[in-house]
Amino acid sequence: MANAARPRPDMPAPQPVEVTKVNEVSSGRWRTHVFGADGEVGDRIFQFAMLLCGLAVLGTLVLIVYELVLRSGPSWHAFGMKFFAARDWDPVNEQFGALPFVYGTLVSSLLALIIAVPLSVGVAVFTTEMCPPMLRGPLSFFVELLAAIPSVVYGLWAIFVLVPILSGYVQPFLSKTLGWTGLFTGPPYGISMLAAGIILAVMIVPIISSIAREVLMVVPQNQREAVLALGATRWEMIRVGVLRNARAGIMGGIILGLGRALGETMAVTMVIGNRPEISKSLFAPGYTMASVLANEFSEATGDLNLAALIEIGLALFLVTIAVNALARLLVWTVTRGQPSRANA
Amino acid sequence: MPDKKISAHTVPPISLRRRITNHVMTGVAVLTVILVLVPLFAIFAYLVFRGVGSINWAFLTQTPKPVGEAGGGMANAIVGSVFILGLASVIGVPLGVGAGIYLAEFGRNRFGDGIRFTADVLNGVPSIVIGIVAYSIVVLYQKHFSALAGGVALAIMMIPTITRTTEEMLLLVPQALREAAYGLGISRWRTTLSITLRTATSGVITGIMLAFARVAGETAPLLFTAFGNQFWNLRADQPTAALPLQIFNYAISPYDEWHRQAWAGALVLIILIVSAVAAVRFAVRRGTFGAA
Repeated sequence: MANAARPRPDMPAPQPVEVTKVNEVSSGRWRTHVFGADGEVGDRIFQFAMLLCGLAVLGTLVLIVYELVLRSGPSWHAFGMKFFAARDWDPVNEQFGALPFVYGTLVSSLLALIIAVPLSVGVAVFTTEMCPPMLRGPLSFFVELLAAIPSVVYGLWAIFVLVPILSGYVQPFLSKTLGWTGLFTGPPYGISMLAAGIILAVMIVPIISSIAREVLMVVPQNQREAVLALGATRWEMIRVGVLRNARAGIMGGIILGLGRALGETMAVTMVIGNRPEISKSLFAPGYTMASVLANEFSEATGDLNLAALIEIGLALFLVTIAVNALARLLVWTVTRGQPSRANA
Repeated sequence: MPDKKISAHTVPPISLRRRITNHVMTGVAVLTVILVLVPLFAIFAYLVFRGVGSINWAFLTQTPKPVGEAGGGMANAIVGSVFILGLASVIGVPLGVGAGIYLAEFGRNRFGDGIRFTADVLNGVPSIVIGIVAYSIVVLYQKHFSALAGGVALAIMMIPTITRTTEEMLLLVPQALREAAYGLGISRWRTTLSITLRTATSGVITGIMLAFARVAGETAPLLFTAFGNQFWNLRADQPTAALPLQIFNYAISPYDEWHRQAWAGALVLIILIVSAVAAVRFAVRRGTFGAA
């Protein structure tokens, strides 16, 4: 151990030779200087072990891609690009088309964004610009608490509370007032694309609003002061001085929320109705890519069925990766240089 | 008003329209906060209201009864969840902390940036996709569902969070502390483990708890890995019950008795998770570098 070089109180001052040795070790030559100091072998082993851990992170991603591509091969060979354009999903006759699932995923996620974006931006603006400092902490704690609720609990609540409210009050009202648009027609069963969109919205609000809050907080204070000095009201200050500066970052938060909504499984599976159909009405049941995996993967009959499901997983994976990368890029351009709080 | 001389006394008044807009928008912001908090309180209210009445001694100590028989509980699912989470932590925590150490101490370069980006990407992979991967690397080789496969899936989900928080916490440790250790002739690995990591302990634990809370409620990656089980199981190579799985299966069943138990299970799950998150916030408020 390097302890040998340490002067001990009961010993005379170290010899000059030893002093040079200590200097050598601490002045950065430890990397090349192996002889005589066994700590350095330990350093190499340690660095190698930590490198292996780092490589494990890299390896996991490679493994995910490899397994998905490898095991979706049969479906890829059988259907090609037609897989995402075909509508029929028939495990018995081995005909697989993913269009209804792609449609369901897109529509439910877009619906969630339409509901969640104004809410999240409003909450972020309120917490950073309007609310008394005393409320700021508890408020952000409550919103973060929403993010801590597991998906399956959201689903449970949606089945027994949200869906009855929808079928009893909201859907009859919507079909009476907005039925002419064609988006709100059909029997009000509650279990529907609409229910999935609403529960997804509740789930992505904490993500979007926490990113938006972070972005709003890095808008320089003198931007606000400058706009106020021009005689703006508080809202005008927020619109001109804050939101306009934070646009890119808020967009990043929205896309991050979209990424989460696309891959969300359990709550959606529990309320969307799980029927592979494409319907214009939001009252009709649907099916998403994630929920078909949840429902059918463990009961897949035959290799082609499994491969088709894994190909849906691969598509979901690629889309969420692209969406997340875009979002990170946008958030980085705004909060660059700021320490990120990594629990989004 | 270019032709008017503006002095401190003649500042033009803010028009009524602008003042009304200001108040309306303030009102809208307050309304959004209320709309977001309503589901939160509604969910907790229902959990307590429907769950508390259903939690009893039998629920916490018995295994599920067959359909139609009243009683029974989720004891095996609670224990199974703890077991799977334990497996996940045993795999995920050392790898995550190790990768974090690598990034903080050796990874200030292009390669480190690559791993950093990979961890962020991995964080966004849908949990159901991770379930597929755990299925194909563990279940397909073992030929049946197992607790180990569930543990692997959850470990993959824990690693990126732990890696990034560990890195951040280690970077907060002052460089002077490391240099002081080197100056005493202590080798680099001892410095990292006994000085740097030790100083950042509470922050690193915060990261681990966050990752733990995040995967504790995960259902999707367990559907075709741990699979669920009506009986006790503590063998890593056998299908195992898990609390979120049991909640899911009971929630979509047509039986009132099972619905009741699903609420009770959800309450137990939430209590576990919220207490973990609250503990984390408490620890963070006490200062990242409190007494270890």
